[in-house]
Amino acid sequence: MAEPLDDYIDAVTKALALPVEEAWRSSIRANLEVSLRLGRFVDEFALPDETEPAPVFTV
Amino acid sequence: MTTKPEMTASEIASAVAGRKMSALDATEAALARIKQHDTILNAFTDITADRARAKARAIDADIAAGKTVGPLAGVPFAVKNLFDVAGLATRAGSKINRDRAPATRDATLIERMEAAGAVLVGALNMGEYAYDFTGENVHDGPSRNPHDTTRMSGGSSGGSGSAVGGALVPIALGSDTNGSIRVPSSFCGIFGLKPTYGRLSRARSFPFVASLDHLGPFARSATDLALAYDAMQGPDADDAACTTTRGLEPTLPLLANPVSDLRIAIAGGYFQQNLFPEAVEAVSRVAKALGATRVVDVPEAARARAAAYVITTTEGASLHLDRLRKRPNDFDPAVRDRLIAGAMVPAPLVDRAQKFRRWYRTQLAEIFKSVDVLIAPATPCTAPKLGQINFNLGGVELPVRANIGIHTQPISFIGLPVVAVPVPLEPLPIGVQIIAAPWREDIALRVAYALEKMGVAAAPSAKGF
Repeated sequence: MAEPLDDYIDAVTKALALPVEEAWRSSIRANLEVSLRLGRFVDEFALPDETEPAPVFTV
Repeated sequence: MTTKPEMTASEIASAVAGRKMSALDATEAALARIKQHDTILNAFTDITADRARAKARAIDADIAAGKTVGPLAGVPFAVKNLFDVAGLATRAGSKINRDRAPATRDATLIERMEAAGAVLVGALNMGEYAYDFTGENVHDGPSRNPHDTTRMSGGSSGGSGSAVGGALVPIALGSDTNGSIRVPSSFCGIFGLKPTYGRLSRARSFPFVASLDHLGPFARSATDLALAYDAMQGPDADDAACTTTRGLEPTLPLLANPVSDLRIAIAGGYFQQNLFPEAVEAVSRVAKALGATRVVDVPEAARARAAAYVITTTEGASLHLDRLRKRPNDFDPAVRDRLIAGAMVPAPLVDRAQKFRRWYRTQLAEIFKSVDVLIAPATPCTAPKLGQINFNLGGVELPVRANIGIHTQPISFIGLPVVAVPVPLEPLPIGVQIIAAPWREDIALRVAYALEKMGVAAAPSAKGF
């Protein structure tokens, strides 16, 4: 049975030309679920529109 | 003078400069220990014996000629195999990178260590592409914990922790993106310094997450840590993130200054949760020794860890995208699947993680107006068994690999300097993070030194090594 993220995984796999084999799917899905859960946790934190991303380069 | 297994770097340098021991003898002793013990520890992936002997002979010749030698004269050291070593392919723990052309020039930090007289004896095992907290490696086998070889060395600089913990070398270099210096330091019972982001050059080292990558030293004493760190400081145009605004700020002369004037607090909330009793005990011992009773809550640390996770998996995926397309079956499957998943995280979540990062940095800056040092656990537990998949953390069964670094990630996320100090509990040591404000490595090292002098922090001898 198809999992909720499978269509998304298929679409991004094609968009990025990644050679994902069927046997890897459940592991990729599990990792993606963790990343999305943590990403949403950050997303829930309200920040002002003016907030700049963290700096990286010093020039 | 013969070498003892646990001679510190400063003892070796002093003996060599004072002509009580030759640099070649110190080098041969390290090579002999590697030969004797590395079949078990599996810390080394390359041994640069010819190069080391040549360097040692050159130092001895300089001494014989009455020339001044550097503060690390004759001190053997080794580097995580993501550092470029001239003549070796920089494998970064991977199978794929072994096909790269050999490096033509050493990493900047190797050049600086050798300019100070240190002698490179080899390159060290690590988790594949540094995406690891365990020290395990499917291609090279795991580096092993010298205090119990059935246990993890910690990652991703596992070979660095194993080599210094087993006293094969007094100093090793590693990298820390989310905890990869502090975790092996904790599990292997040694001192480790993750400097401020941008302090030490990363030039000619293989990256993982550019906006989070740091390089730094491991040692068996705070003095050796400062000695190595001081030798490696300085701007470097070859690393875009390396500071151009800070001059050399030597820490060694400040190391023995008292710590009684420092405002030291215990990191509360998130940092007091999800801990095994050993981690609680270690933090308690350090806090008691330093007279720290104030508890400071670090706001939104859980979200900081989440944001670090998102940035790591996406930047890592971007770095490896071509290799994932061309050679997916040559990765450790677990690393490959994490990276492919990272490539699928929507961009707005990454942007928001980077914005959250700046907000979080301002919160910590506010804390450091009234605090000089924060104390926090380095790992939630002592070294788990090799191959262990899950542990019970805070009443919840969780995967070991992903959760070993939960207390280090919110700190490196904003680049704060940290010394991981070893607390020699029985049967296994565990580390505590001594965290200072940006650019105040001197304070973190000073506290580490004081804890060592009080006997609270110490690198315990590994039985059998």
